[in-house]
Amino acid sequence: MQSPRFRPVAEHSLLVEFGEGVDATLHQAVLQLDAALNAAPPPEMVETVPGNACLLVRFDMLRTDHAAMEAAIRQRLDARPAEPAEPRQHQIDICYDEGCAVDLAAIAAATGQSEDTVIAAHLGATYQVFMYGFAPGYAYLTGVPPALQLPRKPAAIRDIPAGSVLIASSQCIISTLKMPSGWWIIGKSPTRILTSDPTHPFLFAPGDEVRFRRIPASQAERTDG
Amino acid sequence: MADAQLRITFAGPHVSLQDGGRPGWARFGVPQSGAMDRVALAAANTAIGNPAGATVIEISRGGLHLECLLGEVGFSLAGGGFILEHGSKRCGSWRRGQLCRGEKLVIRPGLWGSWCYLAFSGDFDRPAWLGSQATHGPSGLGGGRLLSGEELRIANAKPQRNLPAVIPCPVFARARPRLRIVPGPQERFFGTEALDALHHGKWSTTGASDRMGTRLSGPFIAPSAQLNMASEPLSRGSVQVAGDGVATILMADHQTTGGYPRIATVLDCDLDGFAQTTPMQSIQFVTVAPSEAINLSRQHISNCDRYIQRLGMIASG
Repeated sequence: MQSPRFRPVAEHSLLVEFGEGVDATLHQAVLQLDAALNAAPPPEMVETVPGNACLLVRFDMLRTDHAAMEAAIRQRLDARPAEPAEPRQHQIDICYDEGCAVDLAAIAAATGQSEDTVIAAHLGATYQVFMYGFAPGYAYLTGVPPALQLPRKPAAIRDIPAGSVLIASSQCIISTLKMPSGWWIIGKSPTRILTSDPTHPFLFAPGDEVRFRRIPASQAERTDG
Repeated sequence: MADAQLRITFAGPHVSLQDGGRPGWARFGVPQSGAMDRVALAAANTAIGNPAGATVIEISRGGLHLECLLGEVGFSLAGGGFILEHGSKRCGSWRRGQLCRGEKLVIRPGLWGSWCYLAFSGDFDRPAWLGSQATHGPSGLGGGRLLSGEELRIANAKPQRNLPAVIPCPVFARARPRLRIVPGPQERFFGTEALDALHHGKWSTTGASDRMGTRLSGPFIAPSAQLNMASEPLSRGSVQVAGDGVATILMADHQTTGGYPRIATVLDCDLDGFAQTTPMQSIQFVTVAPSEAINLSRQHISNCDRYIQRLGMIASG
C-alpha cells in the first residue's frame, strides 16, 4: 500500500486520499485507518467520514492544525495494529415481483439475460457497505456482479419510494426516503436502514457485509410508517 | 411554568426549527444541519438567556406570520436586516420583546440578509432526531418545517425580563461577499485557468439557493479530466463543480459524500456571513494558505465568543 496523500480542507479537515475509484484494496485501507483513528483518537479529532478511497478527518482547529493532525494520523498509519472490526453480516429481505422490481425487465434487456438470471445474480452476491452518502441512511453497498453493472439512467426519475433497492455500476442502495434517483430499481425491501432505535439508529456500519433473501410481495410492505 | 400556544398564520418556504445541529453523524450520511447563520443563532438565544445552541425558528426571506393564542413568552429576533412588526410597532431584526396572548408577530425580508432567528424563552414541543431538533431540509427529520396553519407549543414559557429592546448587531454578523478559500481537495481535476477564473471571474449568488447549497453564476469551469471521480466525503463550504461547469457552495444540509470534484473549500468562519448574502449579489474568492485559514478562523471565533459573552452578561443582568 502506497502512503496516502494528505489534502487540506479549509481550516478544519484533512482528506486522507489512498487513491481514486471504487476498489476493494483502497477501501480496505480507508477502513483500516478509520478503525485505527477511532480506536485511539487523537484528542483534537472531531470525526472521521469514510468514502470510497478517502477518509475525511475533521479536527478542532482551536487546538491543532493540519500539520500536527497529519503527523498524528501518520503515526497511526505506521503503527497499523488496528484491523477493522470483524464485519457484521446482515440479511436483507427483497422482493423481485412485479410492482416491486419496476426496472427488472429493463435491466434484463439492457444486460441481455433473462429476469431469473438477473435475480439469481443479484441474490448470489455478497455486498460490502463502503460508505454512506446522498441522504441520511443511504448506504452504498459495493458488489453488484459485473453481469448486472449498468450506468445510471440518463436522467433522474422523481419520487422513487423509500425501501427501493437500486443498482448502478458496482453499487446497490436501499433507499430510506422518497427521493429522485437515476439508479435502476431491482427490488423492494421492507427493512429499515434508519432503525428509529435511538441507541442504534443506523442498521449498517461502514465495512459490514450484506446478502439479500428473496421474499414474496405479500411480505414486501413496510409494517409501520 | 406555563405554556404558550402559537399559531403559524403564514410561513414562507424553508422556515424550520433549527439549533446548533447534530455533529458526528456524517459517516452515516447525516450532515450537521442546524442554523445557516450560527452567529445569529447564538445571538438570538443568548440575548434572552437561552443556551447558545438552543432551538429557534429559522426564517427565510419567505417570511413568517404568527399569533399568540395562549400564554405569554419572551422572544428575540437576530440575523440579517429583516423587518419585525409586533402589534403596531415596526422595527428591524436584532430585537427583544414580549409576546402576549392575542398579539401577532410579522417577520418579512428587509434591506439585507437571507435568514433570521426567532428565539423564545421556553422549549419547543417538537420531536428531536439523533439528539437535535435541527431540521434536515430534504427529509424533514428533526423538529420539522413550519407550515401555514399549524400550531406550535412553547413549554416552560417564561416572560421577558426587563432587558433593553435592541440587541447590538456586530460587524461580523453582516452579509459576507468576500470568501476566503483553501484550494482543493480535488483541484487537480481542473486546469490552472479554472483556479484563475475562480479568483478573477465575475461571480454572483443566484436564486437557486436553499439549505443544501447555493448555485453560483460565473465563468464556466470545465473539469480538465473526464469526470469519473468516485463519491468521496465533502464538507459544508465545499465549492463543487458539476459536469455542467456550474459551481455550487454547499451549506448546512449538504450531502455527506459526492462524486463531483471540489475545486476549493470556503473557510467555515466565512459561511455564516455568506449565508446572509442575497440572490444576485456579487461575490469574490480569495485564496489563503491552510495555516492562515486557521489563524483567521481562530480570530473570528474569539471575536464571536467575546460578543456572545457580553450579550450573556446583559441578559443575566
